[in-house]
Amino acid sequence: MNENIDRVDNPIIKIENLSIAYDKDKFAVKDINVEIEKNAVTAIMGPSGCGKSTLLRAINRMHELYPQIVTKGDILLKDENIMDMSTIMLRRKIGMVFQRPNPFPTMSIYDNVIAGYKLNGIKLKKNDRDQIVEESLISVALWDEVKDTLFKKGSFLSGGQQQRLCIARTIAYKPDVILLDEPTSALDPIATARVEDLLVKLKKDYTIVLVTHNMSQAARISDKSMFMYMGNLIEYGNTMKMFTNPRNPKTEQYLTGKFG
Amino acid sequence: MSSATIQYNTRSDYRKRKNRLFYWLVIAMSAITVSPILLIVYKLIIQGYKQINWSFFTKVAPNTLEAMTANAQGEVIPGGILNGITGTFLIVVMAAIIAIPVGIMIGLFLYENQGKRFASIVRDISDILQGVPSIVLGLIAYMWVVKPVTHGFSALAGSVALAIMMLPLIIRSTEETMKMIPTSLKEAGLALGVPYYKVILRVLIPTGFSGLSTGILLAISRIIGETAPLMLTTLGSSAVNWDLTKPTSAIPLLVWEFYNDPNMANLIWSSSLFLMGFVLVLNIISKRIAAKQNR
Amino acid sequence: MKSDKIFKYLLFSASFLVIIVAAGMVFTLSSGAIPAFKEFGLKFIISNQWNPTEGRESYGALPFIAGTVITSVIALLLCIPLAFSTSLFIAEYFYKKRVAMFLSTMVDLLAGIPSIVYGLWGFYVLRPFIVELGLSPQGYGIFTASLILAIMIIPYATSLSSEIISMVPNDLKEAAYAMGATRLEVIFNVILPNARSGIFASFILAFGRALGETMAVTMLIGNSNIVPTGLFQTGNTMASVIANQFGEADGLKLSSLIAIGLILFVITGLINAIGKLIIKKLA
Repeated sequence: MNENIDRVDNPIIKIENLSIAYDKDKFAVKDINVEIEKNAVTAIMGPSGCGKSTLLRAINRMHELYPQIVTKGDILLKDENIMDMSTIMLRRKIGMVFQRPNPFPTMSIYDNVIAGYKLNGIKLKKNDRDQIVEESLISVALWDEVKDTLFKKGSFLSGGQQQRLCIARTIAYKPDVILLDEPTSALDPIATARVEDLLVKLKKDYTIVLVTHNMSQAARISDKSMFMYMGNLIEYGNTMKMFTNPRNPKTEQYLTGKFG
Repeated sequence: MSSATIQYNTRSDYRKRKNRLFYWLVIAMSAITVSPILLIVYKLIIQGYKQINWSFFTKVAPNTLEAMTANAQGEVIPGGILNGITGTFLIVVMAAIIAIPVGIMIGLFLYENQGKRFASIVRDISDILQGVPSIVLGLIAYMWVVKPVTHGFSALAGSVALAIMMLPLIIRSTEETMKMIPTSLKEAGLALGVPYYKVILRVLIPTGFSGLSTGILLAISRIIGETAPLMLTTLGSSAVNWDLTKPTSAIPLLVWEFYNDPNMANLIWSSSLFLMGFVLVLNIISKRIAAKQNR
Repeated sequence: MKSDKIFKYLLFSASFLVIIVAAGMVFTLSSGAIPAFKEFGLKFIISNQWNPTEGRESYGALPFIAGTVITSVIALLLCIPLAFSTSLFIAEYFYKKRVAMFLSTMVDLLAGIPSIVYGLWGFYVLRPFIVELGLSPQGYGIFTASLILAIMIIPYATSLSSEIISMVPNDLKEAAYAMGATRLEVIFNVILPNARSGIFASFILAFGRALGETMAVTMLIGNSNIVPTGLFQTGNTMASVIANQFGEADGLKLSSLIAIGLILFVITGLINAIGKLIIKKLA
């Protein structure tokens, strides 16, 4: 076991011997063992092609979209193997936000927020629905901006607002974990700052795992950081410690910009 | 000026003149290309408007005796094309009912299986189907429906022939529309734990709705004017008919009947005008929808 | 997940249906044509008999194959200069300008006119014109039919050609202009060589379209079941003989008509396949 990978006090997700191949022998993720801390922000960083998005998407089983992808190893959510759950249950507990903001274009802002319930056919009483929508939009600091246009389609919103709407959509469904795949790389700096503040605020109630190609972002908002390189997990621990005192030479090279 | 320079100038003058000539040739040819449509529409309007009145839409086609008497007295021919309008409606709606769901399903299949061998084969076959002459489709529908199923000419047989014509168009437009929807939308739906088929039905298809409707409208405008396959399948009828298993009239069939009967000459233009107008309107509507989508 | 499996299976079955329909078409046409081929053998294809009298029935497809091919070839020849010019107009000379959009829309409208309307116009306008020119006593014949056919296939040739022409990379053209070439020279020395196969494919597809045209041709060709020997002679095509004689046909005659349908199906299928193959090679 890699000594540069720390154990965690309160793990909510355990990844054991995880390997993912896109195509027979080309392994994008190689034998990863790591634990994700509950109610913390964990950043996964590394150069392009290191496997960080692949790893993230394994957690909510998005790879099943593509039958040629082979996954070995186990992932446990609260000690339950995610392969033993239905994807419907799993994705109720683990939500995902994508790089490009993608509110559903044919639905109003209101319907977008409760899309998780609506599309899954879960009926809610109107009061409950209204409450969920309001709370979620307040949590992402969008409520004041859209409360008068809730029933309009969200296409007039700016990129940053759309992304916060997508986050609202995810938390409305009340997951335990929120996965984010480079959530701010398509946003301008001001929108990025607002999303980052939001994530720090949200970790109180949710576990946040985010993939980022921007190490300053990792330094800014994450409690724990993972550094991946060529499919391997090189180092994992407290962000502060890793940035000031990286243990692995590769980590240090990355953090000092010797390669991107 | 030296002689070399003079030669150079003449040569370049020659090239410039050739260039200009070709330019005007292209313009002239393009004008020629466009002229038939202007001439045809003009002819249709000039000759056709006379017969278009209220009863044009509400009465069935007159028989030859009525027409002959009216012509002899210099009157407008009584009657209209009601049986054609209802017949076309019946046949086209039935064809759409057959072709649209199947076409969309196959389009979705192709979208989901990009690059797979079986999907390529299906796509190629769909392309081949698109090139089959409509008269051959009429033959096919005759052998598949008229003889064994309805034991006689019928609206259903016509619908089958037209449905086969619509199918490749709907398949292609569905696949193209779906491909234009960003994959992140599909992933967002899946990430919310929504089963795949629901993501398709409740997120992707509504998002691609205008593209799908454009394809459908264009397919309908394509088949509405078809005569040949109907000649072999629905034959025609002098009365309004809503029974799928019986012969039915259709607007193009009526035009053909009028053409073959010297007494009905005047009705030819009005019915053709109506037919063309309809096709034009469908085309314009679908272009509008497509334009709105691209905003 | 179970619902997904059912859904995927449903889509698969629908696709399989297309294959069955296509195979069914081949099968039906072939089995319908067998009686004719059994009776006349392969000579059916080259026989120019068409005698429906009882007891001495003899049918052959040659006049119709000849008529179809001749009218379509002439139509293509007439169409080429017009379609080529129009696509140059749209894709090169006035590319993306309003007038090109207008022309493009007009050409699309040409494609939308039903065949029977073309036939009517050909009958009431073109035909008397041909008679006036003294080219033919009644105006029917190969030439008139080919002429209307040419107009009908122009949109198919034009739309694909203009797309191909507009895709020729700008830097190639600019290099030629920079050397002082005139527009004409750029067209024939840069654009044409580059777009050659695409334009060729568009003409093949237009040709395929012409082969299968029924109504307009029926109304103008004269419907005589002989192999035409002159440009202004009357003739017949595979599509129109089927349309005209189908009404009371049965037995051997019906089978012969179906056999002609099969031949038409095969010819158009081949031509279209060749055209699509060329386009695929381009992509």
